[in-house]
Amino acid sequence: MTIVEAFKHLNDAYGINLSIVYDPFDRERFVHGFLMTLLLSIVSMALSIVIGLVGAWLLGGRSRLLKGATTGFVEAFRNTPPLIQLLFFFFAVSPFLPGAVNSAGQVTPLIGGVGWAIISLSLYAGALNVEIFRSGLEAVPSATREAAESLGYTRLQAFRHVVFPLAFRISLSALNNNMVNLIKTTTLAYAIGVPELLYASAAIWSESLNVREMMLVMLATYLLLIAGYTGIMNRVERALRMPGTDV
Amino acid sequence: MFETKLTARGVAIAFAAAAFVAAVSLAHAETASPAAASILSLVVKWLPLIFTGFLLNLLVSVLSMAIGTVAGVPLGLAQIARHRVVQRCASAVTQFTRNAPWLVLLFLTMFLLPFQFRLFGQSIPFPAWIKAVIGLAIPVMGNVSEIVRGGVLSIPRAQWESAESLAFSPTQTVFKIILPQALKRMLPPWMNLYAILAMATPLIAIVGVQDGLTDVRGALVAENRTDLLLPLYATLLAMFFIYCYPIAMATRALERRAEVKF
Repeated sequence: MTIVEAFKHLNDAYGINLSIVYDPFDRERFVHGFLMTLLLSIVSMALSIVIGLVGAWLLGGRSRLLKGATTGFVEAFRNTPPLIQLLFFFFAVSPFLPGAVNSAGQVTPLIGGVGWAIISLSLYAGALNVEIFRSGLEAVPSATREAAESLGYTRLQAFRHVVFPLAFRISLSALNNNMVNLIKTTTLAYAIGVPELLYASAAIWSESLNVREMMLVMLATYLLLIAGYTGIMNRVERALRMPGTDV
Repeated sequence: MFETKLTARGVAIAFAAAAFVAAVSLAHAETASPAAASILSLVVKWLPLIFTGFLLNLLVSVLSMAIGTVAGVPLGLAQIARHRVVQRCASAVTQFTRNAPWLVLLFLTMFLLPFQFRLFGQSIPFPAWIKAVIGLAIPVMGNVSEIVRGGVLSIPRAQWESAESLAFSPTQTVFKIILPQALKRMLPPWMNLYAILAMATPLIAIVGVQDGLTDVRGALVAENRTDLLLPLYATLLAMFFIYCYPIAMATRALERRAEVKF
């Protein structure tokens, strides 16, 4: 008896319908949903870290205008619901952008659902990252910076070789927390019809009528995804640990 | 320090006003064509409905927080229990409820709880919004549990030892010595969690509960005007901002006060 037959039998005899194992269509949808969640997570993580670094750098700069603008950005995105941010971008901002013409001659939005999901998630997580990196930079003692400068480092060199490596390690646990939240927040893309894991699972359970089984499979998949991320980051944290310091 | 705080407050007020300013300026542009109702008047027209929906969001957030806290405190204390099995189970439940996406847990409760249940031969309806409250209370429980655990563990061991040497029982130590001290440290993260929960309440619109977000979408469908999209969504964003920003400020102020002490 093959695996496919075994799961068909499980459905016929016991009513446990794991259609993603024996039905090729459902399986493909589920795998694609998983890959989409992975894509949203990885791209948004990378962008949000860039936003966080740029924001923290601007906050440490001299220009009061840029400082104020960064603070405004952080407060606005931290204190409003991420779901409404996403809908705001997708429904309200998108129509103001110029459209692109596709091969059939139709006008399509320049940025689709996936694009807006990535932009919105990156901005939300990025705003939180600004705070995380800022407090990391603040936690580096000024004596360390002064010591580096007295050894002949320029300001930029001191930042690159001394301050940032320390600040990054200090920020790492808070950053990981935020990134785990980001992975969980990718489920919001469901609201604008991006076929990620939740959307794919909902499509499967409404057609194959296996709400209970799909719910559990989906929940387990998310938990495994997050466990995988935490596992990797724990190794990274260990590898980055500097002997003789707290970080 | 003080200066950045002032800028932050100024920027915040500016943002809160931004939605209304945008609406006003758009409305002025609109007066050129008197046939169409101005955008501002439309926003004002729908404001009471959206605000009523927003109040449901707040009600859901308060109830979920209450249920989640009541369930989370014993769970957090169980996480530091001496009994191995109790401790392991509590940790597993905490990790599970903390790491699952909120929206997934919401779907789980919406689909798997019955829409009514029978008690003593009478059927009691189980409305969707109460199921949503439970769905949001689950992740709150996990997070509260972790806050309690962190707060209790942050109290120095010497406190436990001196309580024991003064003949306090373990239960007395927890409730009379440790918790009163830990409470101060648990308050800022607890408030932060509440702000996050309040901002997560629009999720209930996805699973079909009529909240502020549903009302915004309903108003947009009723008016059927694309130029209304931006102001109406901005109005709802502003409502959440005005509610959540003071909480965030208070949380930070409490954290700063705690920092000075140690």
